Amino acid sequence: MSASTNTEPMLSADGKPLKQSLARALRRQKIRALLLIAPLLIFIFIAFILPIISMLFRSVENDIVATTLPQTVAALETWDSSTGELPDEAVYAAFASDIQKAAKAKVHTKVGLRLNYEQSGIASLFKKTARKAKKWDMETDGPFKEKLIDVHKGWGKIETWQTLKVHSSNYTSGYFLNAIDMRKTADGPEFQPENKQILLTLFGRTLIMSLIITGSCLLFGYPVAWLLANLPMRQANLLMILVLLPFWTSLLVRTSAWKVMLQQQGVINDVLVNLGLVSDGARLVMINNEIGTIVAMTHILLPFMILPMYSVMQTIPPSYVRAAKSLGATNTTAFWRVYFPQSVPGIGAGSILVFILAIGYYITPEIVGGTKGVFISNRIAYHILRSLNWGLAAALGTILLVAVLILYWTYDKIVGIDNVKLGG
Amino acid sequence: MKSTKTILTGAALSLVAGSAFAGSHMASEMTIVSWGGAYSKSQLNAYHNPYSEMTGVTILNDDSSSTAVAKLRAMNEAGNITWDVVDVEAAPAMQLCDEGLAMVIDPDTMLAAAPDGTPASEDFGDMLVSECFIPQIVYSTTFGYRTDLVGDTAPTSVCDVFDTAAYPGKRSLFSVPINTMEWALLCDGVAKSDIYDTLETEEGQDRALAKLDTIKDDVIWVSAGSDTPQLLADGEVIMGATYNGRLFSLIEEQKQPVAMIWDGQVMDLDGWIIPAGLSPERQARALDYIMFATDTQRLADQAKWISYGPARKSSAPLVGKHADLGIDMAPHMPTAPENLSRAFLMNYDFWADYRDDLDAKFQAWLAK
Repeated sequence: MSASTNTEPMLSADGKPLKQSLARALRRQKIRALLLIAPLLIFIFIAFILPIISMLFRSVENDIVATTLPQTVAALETWDSSTGELPDEAVYAAFASDIQKAAKAKVHTKVGLRLNYEQSGIASLFKKTARKAKKWDMETDGPFKEKLIDVHKGWGKIETWQTLKVHSSNYTSGYFLNAIDMRKTADGPEFQPENKQILLTLFGRTLIMSLIITGSCLLFGYPVAWLLANLPMRQANLLMILVLLPFWTSLLVRTSAWKVMLQQQGVINDVLVNLGLVSDGARLVMINNEIGTIVAMTHILLPFMILPMYSVMQTIPPSYVRAAKSLGATNTTAFWRVYFPQSVPGIGAGSILVFILAIGYYITPEIVGGTKGVFISNRIAYHILRSLNWGLAAALGTILLVAVLILYWTYDKIVGIDNVKLGG
Repeated sequence: MKSTKTILTGAALSLVAGSAFAGSHMASEMTIVSWGGAYSKSQLNAYHNPYSEMTGVTILNDDSSSTAVAKLRAMNEAGNITWDVVDVEAAPAMQLCDEGLAMVIDPDTMLAAAPDGTPASEDFGDMLVSECFIPQIVYSTTFGYRTDLVGDTAPTSVCDVFDTAAYPGKRSLFSVPINTMEWALLCDGVAKSDIYDTLETEEGQDRALAKLDTIKDDVIWVSAGSDTPQLLADGEVIMGATYNGRLFSLIEEQKQPVAMIWDGQVMDLDGWIIPAGLSPERQARALDYIMFATDTQRLADQAKWISYGPARKSSAPLVGKHADLGIDMAPHMPTAPENLSRAFLMNYDFWADYRDDLDAKFQAWLAK
C-alpha cells in the first residue's frame, strides 16, 4: 500500500497500516475456520458430490457405441439415412471387423444392450452376429454385406443402421428425451408411441401426490405442534414421546403395519363390516392404490412436519394472543391475525422438508402403492437395478433434482427462504 | 461308495491344505450371495454348514441376488469385487456371462461327476444354458388358490385365473410382463408353441394386454415373491402367482387352506456363477466350494428343505423326505412327471430382446 494520500494512514503497534494488518488477521481467522471444517468439506465432496456428479454425467454419456465400433461409426458418417437405401459394402466390412474385435474382447453385448433400449431385438442381433463373426477372416471372407444379412435379416433393415447412426455420438440427448417419453430418431426427436408413454404420467403423479401428502401432513401436524408448544411441560413431554416413537420405529415396520390396517380383510374394513357400515361384499379398497400411498406416507412423514413447526411455535410468546384478545379480538381473529402469521416460518420449513422427502420416496410407494400409487423413484430404481439402463435412470434423477431446485427457488422468491426456521 | 471316497479325499486334501498352506492357496473366508428366506436356509443346511465343517472356511451370506447384475456391474466398474459365489437365475447369468462379469466354467473339470462316473456336462445336460452358469435347481412360477374361497369346483387350469365369472374375487399377479403376457396369450387361445412368435408382433402384444384388460380390476399387482403367499394367507386374494417353493411352505409348513394349480407353470433355472476377476486364492476357494456344493448328493440334500427340483439327473432318485415334516418331496417338485407335463418353458432369448420394450408398454398399460 503506498501511503501517497494527504492523511497519514493509521498504524498498528508493529508499524504497519492498521487496515492491512486487520485484513490479514481476518484472513488468518477465515483460513483457520476453513481448515477446521476442511475434513467435513472434503468428505462431503468425495462421498456425496462427486458420486452425484458422476451419476448425473451418465445421463448424457454415450461413448460406448463409438469406442466399440469405431470404424463403423466413421464409415457411417458419409451414409445418408434418409435416402432409404442400405449403407454400402464399406460400412458392412467396417462393422464386421469391429464386431469381431468386440466379440473377442467380450464387449459386444454391452453395445447390443445399449442399442436394444432404442430398438428391441438389437441385443440378440449383436449376440448372434458376434458369435458368427468370431470365426471370420477379414481378408478373405468378404464381401460382408450379404454375409451379415445372411447371419441375421436385421442387417438388411434400414432401421437397424439408422439406430446405430443416431446413437453413435459421444454425448447424447437420447436419455433425456426418453425420460420425457420421447425418442431420438433419424428425423429428430419425436414422441414415443402412446402405448409406451409412462414417465411423464409418473412425474405428474409424483408431484401431485407429494403436494397432497405435504398438505395432509400440515393439516394433521399443525394442531399437534400447537398442543406440544402450549401444553404444560408434563403432558407436552408425553406427547413429544408419542410423536417421536413412530419416528424411531423402522420404516418397513410402519409401512407393513399400514398394510395390515388397510387391506380388504384388514383391521379397518373388519371394524366397518362389524359395525354394519359397509357390507361384506363391498369392502373398501384402501391399499395398492393412491390412497394407500397417501395414508402411509402422511403418517411416516408427519414428524418431519411437526418438529420444525413445534420449535417455531415455542418461540411465539403466549402474551401476544392474550394481548389481541384483551383488545377485543375473537378467538378466530386472534389466531389468524396474530398467532398464525408468526407460525408461518415453521410451516415453510416443515412443508419444504416433507415435500422434498416425499418427492424422492421409494420404499413406501413400492409396498403399498400397487400400480396407481407408485412414484417416479420406483421407475428410477427399476432402471438402476433391473433393466440396467443407468443412462435413463440418471436422466430421470437429474430431472427430479432440477425440479426440486426450481421449486425451492420459486419458494424463495414467493415466501423468502429467510422466512424458514427450523428453530429458535 | 465313490461319493464317500471323493468326500474323504476332499476332506483329507483340505486338511493337508489347511495345515500346510493355510491362507496361501485358498481364501479362508468367502461371501456367498443368495435370495434369503427359506431358500438361503436350505442352502445353509445342505451346502454351507457341511462345507464349513469340512474345511473350516467362514461363509458370509449376502441376500442380494435380486439385484446381483446391477451390483456386480458396479463392483466391476469400481474394480473391487467383494462376492465369491453368486446365486442367480438363468437369464441374469447369461447376461453376466456375455458381459464378461462371470467366469467361464468347464463342467467336466470344475464340477463333480455323478456317482456312477457320468461326467457333469452330461449329468446337467440341457440345464447348462450358459458357459458361466452352474445350475442348481429347477423352480417354477405357478398359481396357488384358497381351497375355501373358490366354491365347489376347484380351479385346475391356469386359464381359470382369467375366468372371473366362475371364480369371482381378487387374484394376484407379478407386475412384470414376463410370464403374465404368456399366460394371457395362452388363455386367449394361442398354442404354446406360437406364443413367443405372437408376442413379437404389435398385434400379439395388444392381444395379450386386451386379455389382461378383462381381469385388470380384479388383480392385485405384486412385486415380491413373498407377497402372494401373504395375500393368500390373509384371504385378500383367492388365487395368485408366485414361486412353487413359497406355495409349498405355505401349504405344508404353515398348513394354510391353499392348493396349487401346476397347470401352465413356467419353469426357470437357478444356479451359481463365480464373478470374473477374483484373486487366485479366492477363485480357488470359490471353485472348491462349487465342486462340493453341486455334487449329486448335495443337490439332492437341498430338496429336504425346499421343494425345488435338483438340476442334476443323478440327484432325482436321491430326493427323499422333508427334513422336518417327513413328507415325500418328489411329488412337490416342478420336475415331477405329473407336474412337468403341464409346464411351459420360458424363452430367454425373447425376453433378452423384448424386456425393455414390453416392460415400458406393460407399465404404461398398468398406469392407465
